[in-house]
Amino acid sequence: MDQFVVNLIFVGASFALYIGIAIWARAGSTSEFYAAGRGVHPVTNGMATAADWMSAASFISMAGLIAFVGYDNSTYLMGWTGGYVLLALLLAPYLRKFGKFTVSEFIGDRFYSPTARMVAVICLVVASVTYVIGQMTGVGVAFGRFLEVDNTTGLLIGACVVFAYAVFGGMKGVTYTQVAQYVVLITAFTIPAIFISLQLTGNPVPALGLFGEHQESGEPLLATLNQIVTDLGFAEYTAHHADTLNMVLFTLSLMIGTAGLPHVIMRFFTVPRVSDARWSAGWTLVFISLLYLTAPAVGAMARLNITELMWPEGTSGQAVSVEQIQTDADYAWMETWQKTGLLGWEDKNGDGRIQYYNDANPQMQERAEAAGWQGNELTNFNRDILVLANPEIANLPGWVIGLVAAGGLAAALSTAAGLLLAISSAISHDLLKGQLTPNMSEKAELLSARIAMAVAIAVATWLGLNPPGFAAQTVALAFGIAAASIFPALMMGIFSKRINNVGAVAGMLVGLIVTVVYIFLHKGWFFIPGTNTFDDSDPLFLTVQSTSFGAIGAILNFATAIGVSRVTAAPPQEIQDLVESVRVPRGAGAAAADH
Amino acid sequence: MSDKTDKSGYWTANLRIVAWCLVIWALVSFGFGILLRPLLSGIQVGGTDLGFWFAQQGSILVFLALIFFYAWRMNRLDRQFGVDEQ
Repeated sequence: MDQFVVNLIFVGASFALYIGIAIWARAGSTSEFYAAGRGVHPVTNGMATAADWMSAASFISMAGLIAFVGYDNSTYLMGWTGGYVLLALLLAPYLRKFGKFTVSEFIGDRFYSPTARMVAVICLVVASVTYVIGQMTGVGVAFGRFLEVDNTTGLLIGACVVFAYAVFGGMKGVTYTQVAQYVVLITAFTIPAIFISLQLTGNPVPALGLFGEHQESGEPLLATLNQIVTDLGFAEYTAHHADTLNMVLFTLSLMIGTAGLPHVIMRFFTVPRVSDARWSAGWTLVFISLLYLTAPAVGAMARLNITELMWPEGTSGQAVSVEQIQTDADYAWMETWQKTGLLGWEDKNGDGRIQYYNDANPQMQERAEAAGWQGNELTNFNRDILVLANPEIANLPGWVIGLVAAGGLAAALSTAAGLLLAISSAISHDLLKGQLTPNMSEKAELLSARIAMAVAIAVATWLGLNPPGFAAQTVALAFGIAAASIFPALMMGIFSKRINNVGAVAGMLVGLIVTVVYIFLHKGWFFIPGTNTFDDSDPLFLTVQSTSFGAIGAILNFATAIGVSRVTAAPPQEIQDLVESVRVPRGAGAAAADH
Repeated sequence: MSDKTDKSGYWTANLRIVAWCLVIWALVSFGFGILLRPLLSGIQVGGTDLGFWFAQQGSILVFLALIFFYAWRMNRLDRQFGVDEQ
């Protein structure tokens, strides 16, 4: 059967499953729609949260970024899991005890200030829109491949599907649909990884295979990989090359950002009890870890496979011939991906072979000169295609390829739709209805929500055509913004009784503005290409790249809030009592139920 | 409990547990995974060193252990101070 038909069947079947479950669950209970997770077991809630949280960045993009860089990009793995420790220890149980439904409500109440609530909404919208741009990049890649069209067409079609999905929307709130999405997503990610790990190392657990023996050479897998990439002039896979300060700050940014993102935090507001909020964070991380422990193995093994395909006789032999790429079934994936415009090669020296090597390495330049090579001929390999192309690269059966297509779409669509819902409700409910036009009718509120959603997706799609980075990098910018603005306000609201309204507002504004300006200075104003003053290879402040600046922004936020609060009046007694009550679990029972 | 000292005792005990957990959190990720990796370079793990393993696997496993330990420990603390939900 044609691969296109197989993909269509898998994608179609998975969507039918989600919609089917949504209809079935909806008929069961309508209150589920508003408070997904209440009365749901922490394990189920953890699985649903994991599906909500793991997006195109985790599924489509991250393993590719690790594959082509190696150890230095371990920061993504540590950053996007370590944040759950902060969430579980510093925020989740207390926000659950507080008992409202949104992050901006907590900030508005704790800092007894509608201004604080409004500033929090702005921070959430800025972070979420940036996040959606990253998702749209992933959506473009997935749809481009799945429909076998170029990336731009894929992105435009994907945008329409995301919009429809988000408007249909309600299914987003249904926990069991998210559980199904998680199952599709994790199966799609791990099955090819298990196959490939078996092929290369004989170990069915990819996380163990990564540190196992490469069967073909009898050497450890990572030693073999180090050998062949350094043979071609690339940096050693397992070695530390990146700037240490930037690595630390980037990891910290992702961690703090995870604990500051509204769509994740919201899930912990609605678990039945405070103790469940603590367990739920743990179960969420269990389900996320299944992907995160596998991703580094996927990256390393794919890098090995790709390099060996490009050098079928070994790195000292002849490179693969153009004829072989065009005729050999093992190389069919290259032809397919070329159509998306995200993979490209060019026989620059006209020798009928494609030499893949690092042409910036002086030693390789000597070898190239002697051999008559005229630069790296695998001219374009977009990092975001690696996970989706992986089963084809490893020559796995057609149904695995179809499954991965379904998984990639599930990851990108569910998160993008969830974020759009969060943006639209923040603008229509918190900003317009809550602040600017309190007398707005329900109908007008709904309409403004739809308009906000349409505007957000149009902006994200337009910027997604020329994204500021690969999917995971753009998403990392969103985490930086959340880290600098939301997390410090939440944490200080719980752990300090002295932080007042003025301090919190000043802190959030400083964190948000400084971080966003820093990002725009390096990535272009409003992410428009070419409008940047600095480049991430030579950043403005020390060695801190724009993706890592969120940690600095967070420090500035804390410092400003503490400083300003110290010279202004302490919060009133009832706010100090509120903080006291948030800190102990007793009395939480009724809090969420009266909504 | 309405008793003020009891409540502050509970909060101090909680802060102590949180602080210890965060020390371990930072040690395995920023420590073993990045800054202290050169110190662990002598310990070989499957073709590379222990620091690489912590950066790509170990830190995640420790994070999991920390969250479950905290949930278990806090539930005990809640009962000890009588502030748990019935």
